[in-house]
This record gives sequence, C-alpha cells and structure tokens, in this order.
Amino acid sequence: MEDSGDTHTGFQFSNFARNEKLVSRGFPMPGCRKTGTTIAGVVFKDGVVLGADTRATEGDIVADKNCSKIHYLQPNMYCCGAGTAADLEMTTQLMAGQLELHRLNTGRQVPVIAANSMFKQMLFRYQGHIGAALVLGGVDKYGSHIYSIHPHGSTDRLPYTTMGSGSLAAMTVFEERWQPDMELSEAKQLVRDAIAGGVFNDLGSGSNIDLCIITKDGANMLRPYDVANVKGQRVGKYEYQRGVTEVLTKKVRPIEIVSETVRLITGEDMDTA
Amino acid sequence: MSILHYNGGCVVAMKGKNCVAVATDLRFGVQGQTIATDFERVFELGPHLYIGLPGLATDTQTVYQRLQFRIKMYEMREGRKLKPQTLMAMVQNLLYERRFGPYFVEPVIAGLNATTKEPYICALDLIGCATEPADFVVSGTCSESLYGMCETTWREDMEPDDLFECISQSLVNAFDRDALSGWGAVVHVIEHDKVTTRYLKCRQD
Repeated sequence: MEDSGDTHTGFQFSNFARNEKLVSRGFPMPGCRKTGTTIAGVVFKDGVVLGADTRATEGDIVADKNCSKIHYLQPNMYCCGAGTAADLEMTTQLMAGQLELHRLNTGRQVPVIAANSMFKQMLFRYQGHIGAALVLGGVDKYGSHIYSIHPHGSTDRLPYTTMGSGSLAAMTVFEERWQPDMELSEAKQLVRDAIAGGVFNDLGSGSNIDLCIITKDGANMLRPYDVANVKGQRVGKYEYQRGVTEVLTKKVRPIEIVSETVRLITGEDMDTA
Repeated sequence: MSILHYNGGCVVAMKGKNCVAVATDLRFGVQGQTIATDFERVFELGPHLYIGLPGLATDTQTVYQRLQFRIKMYEMREGRKLKPQTLMAMVQNLLYERRFGPYFVEPVIAGLNATTKEPYICALDLIGCATEPADFVVSGTCSESLYGMCETTWREDMEPDDLFECISQSLVNAFDRDALSGWGAVVHVIEHDKVTTRYLKCRQD
C-alpha cells in the first residue's frame, strides 16, 4: 500500500499526471512560499558572520514578517537559504541529519567542505528543481569558510558572498567595505549594513536582520540582531463588543478526563554482580 | 484562475490567552456555481487539535483521509496522543513528499498542547512550508482580505469570548468581499477544558 509508511521513501509522483492535465486545461500550478531574501556571509579574523533578512513572500503578499532563514547544520556550521521556502526547510533538515550521521560515523567534527559537497551533489542530482540557493558558513580545523551554493549544484568558495533577490544591494556594501582580517565588531556591522541594503532596496526582502557568528568556540545566533523596521504603536482599538456576532447554534463540548494514571519511574541500580 | 480557487473556501486561526480559535466558511462551489453550503473543511484530529484544509475540495478530503491514517498509525505505535507540533511535522512530510505533484491544499493547524496547555497555530503552503507566528494565520480564497481584517482586529491575550468575536468578525467581513466563499461559517474556540463550536448567521449571496 502506497501510504503504509515502510514501503516507500523519497518523492511521490502520483498526482503529477493529474496536475499536468490541469495545467493544459488552463489551471496553472499555484505558486508556493518563497523567501525573496537577502542573505550574506563574510569571513573575518576569527571566524565567519552569516546574515539574513526575515521576510517570506507568496507572490506580492508578505506571508511571514519574521521567519528564520539561518538554518542549523552542525554546532560549527550554519547556512542561510534563499528560494523556495519548503525546499530550504526540508533540504537543510535532511543535510543536518546526514551531517550528524557523518559526525557519528567518523567520530570527528565535520569539515565545512564535506557539507558543501553533500549539498552540491544533492542539488545537482535534482537538476535545479529543488529551488535552494544557499550561503554555507562554518569554522573547522582547516579555518573559516564561506561557500555559496546555487540551485543547480554549482558552488563557490569566497571570502564574502551574497545571495537572493537582494544580493546586488548587499554585494555593493561588501565590495565597498570588505577587507581581510576584520574584527568581529566590524564584520557584524558590515553584514548588518549589507542586509539592510537588501531590506530597504529590494521588495522581496524586509523586516528584521538576523546574524549568526561562528568562531572556533561555537556558534552564536543573534535573532533579531537589529529590528530595522519598528512597527508603530496602534493608538485606537478595533474592539468588537461581546455578543455582536449573530450565532445560529452553539455547542459546548467539555473535554473530560476519564482517568489519569501517574506512574513514577525510579532509577534502577546497576547490576554489578 | 488557480486550481486552489476552484471550489472556494477559507480558514483562519488565532491565538488568545490560554485558548485558540479556528474558523471557516461553509461554501462548496464549482467556480461561480454554489453546490453546497454545509461543507466542512475544519476537522477534529484530537481533543485539543484541529486542522483546516482549504483548497481543492477533492484534495481536502484525500489529505484528511491520508492524515487520519498516519495519525492512527502514530498513536498505535507510540501509545500516546499527537502534539500540535508533531502534527505539523506530519503534514509537512505528507505534503513535501509530493513536492513535484502537490495536493492543492494550504492547511492551517490550531490546537493546545495537551500537557502544557500552550496555544499553537501554524499555516503551511501546498508543498509543506510551515509558518508558526505568534498572532494569527490565514489561508484560502480571501486570504488577502483576511490579512487586512486580522491585522487590525487581533490583540494580544484575548479571553475566549473576545477571541470568538474577533475571529468571527474578521472572517465574516473578509469573506463578504469574496465571491467564492461565505454562505455560513463555523467557529471552534478551543480551551483546555472545553471546545465551543458556533455556527454563525451570514449573508446568503
């Protein structure tokens, strides 16, 4: 049986023919949630700084005003994502799992280049149909690394990079001000300003600025690092009086607890006989 | 016209103080023609757990049935009830599995955590990207009007009775501006000790 859980893994294509037929009859595929996005990463003296805005869009509607675009991969590795939101969420979750297994199998901290290879191999296999554009950053025994990964599987290793619809706005800031061996405070300010460039100049990016700082001592998520757009205080109140809505029928169903059992589990002494 | 708008219908969910509410309209149509005005697209999946599945009606029902199957398998295997977050992950998997041939539904989940009583709402797009905001979620044919209504009427820490008025007025006034949804509404207010279901009096045009 198709849905019994243990008989299949991977993608299902059973609706594909139907959906294609609908497209040919004049019902185009609906759009899905995208992260219009400005994401960026830089290498500084002691590690890397990743940055992202927090807007998610569906067409020209802002679907989420404070979404998290910096995803966890490993304690020494995070990645920012731009593109189809579901693809980013699921791909980074999958990779976090694979990297953890890799770490357990080898008994070592996973190098950033390994994550880069796994991402590009997966994305190339799907020929760009998984719409994930990533900025991967991390610190390992070989140093601090930033990779940009494109949806078709090409990758670049760079000292500073940007991606997403606001990448041009952010890159202008980096091209102007990035230098080798910056201090942490300089790097944070630079990435903030780059993301702010996207937030204020690109319609697909907006709301707050998140940062993630990774050094050899670990990662530090700053969410939000900067609230670039403060929501105004509402002065009036649109309050509906109780009872204004006309109700036809009302049914209250109590949730009753029929029985409750509490079973305490006490630790057992180790058998040392 | 998108296939998501073929049958009409919308769902909204809101957080209140120790309570959540989920509301939907009752129209089932085929483009402009109304077929039924008692079409339920919000389903109870547990004592404190509801899911709304607006979109193409055939997929509403298929996804609901597949979900029921997976929930029953989960609850048998685990010997415990489903948490709202677990349901979200389950729906996410179900939808993302069909990334390249999706079901045309955009689910909304509303519930209380059975042990902590923590309110939970979330919305997913048709391939399973979840958003878990602190205030409200909307989905369906009049989602744009619903965003506008909810953004102005929602307040923090509403009591169950105020939450009911807020969600009802937001829904009714939003779908009155939408030809594809309306014809009655049902509102569930979920509290830790009871669920109140109300059917609303609405325009029939």
